[in-house]
Amino acid sequence: MTSGENQTFQEVRTVERSNFAAAGQISSYYKNVLKKLGVHSGVVRRVAIASYEAEINLAIHSWGGSMALTIYPDRIHLLIQDVGPGIADVDRAMQEGYSTASEEVRMLGFGAGMGLPNMRRCSDAFEISSAVGAGTTVNMDFNLLQEQPQEQ
Amino acid sequence: MTVAQLIEPLELTLLTPGTDLERAVKGGCVCDLLSYVMANGDNGMAWITVQTHLNVIAVASLHEFACVILSDGSAADEPTLAKAAEEGIPVLSSPLAGYTLAGRLYALGIR
Repeated sequence: MTSGENQTFQEVRTVERSNFAAAGQISSYYKNVLKKLGVHSGVVRRVAIASYEAEINLAIHSWGGSMALTIYPDRIHLLIQDVGPGIADVDRAMQEGYSTASEEVRMLGFGAGMGLPNMRRCSDAFEISSAVGAGTTVNMDFNLLQEQPQEQ
Repeated sequence: MTVAQLIEPLELTLLTPGTDLERAVKGGCVCDLLSYVMANGDNGMAWITVQTHLNVIAVASLHEFACVILSDGSAADEPTLAKAAEEGIPVLSSPLAGYTLAGRLYALGIR
């Protein structure tokens, strides 16, 4: 993120560890905000899906974290940060089907190893960095100006 | 085709009185893996599942599904139904199996 850019909206929200009941509230809120701002429905949908996956990931895997939505004239930026435990093998975590989720979480229909790949698929730019002990950071951008890419 | 028009052929009971049954059903999906539904769902789908927890409503709402159909006589708890009512997502239950429900949906022309 470049500082000094002309941002028009920013909101930061925290996500608690293991709070499955609340998961979906932030993405639902984002969806409503973006809709009201008149953002293209395809972009709204991609931001909603990516932010939902992020919320679920924070609830399942992290010790707590935050999500920040920033709207610029030409793009939407999502910053997901947590306080740990960090991902030991990021390349593996990015592979569809790989998951470290517990049996309990899988019973709820999560833990299929599709969260991070789905975030990358929905966003126009995706970046993840993680270190065990230091936590995980995900940056995603969604373009507002170009012709909307087809979802794969 | 609307959600209301599915009630008789799919042997459905509405669990969320007051939700809009005139929503158009544009497609269908049978899956209990929420991650998969999140990745592959689309606007206007009727989603057949045996999952009944709160996150089912979150996924249905984000995708703007036409309705959620609980198969095999599954019942949802009060928080899930309250959330569905709040989000305006009709939740219906059927004694039929997911396979049968999907077959009937397809026969009704939902492709």
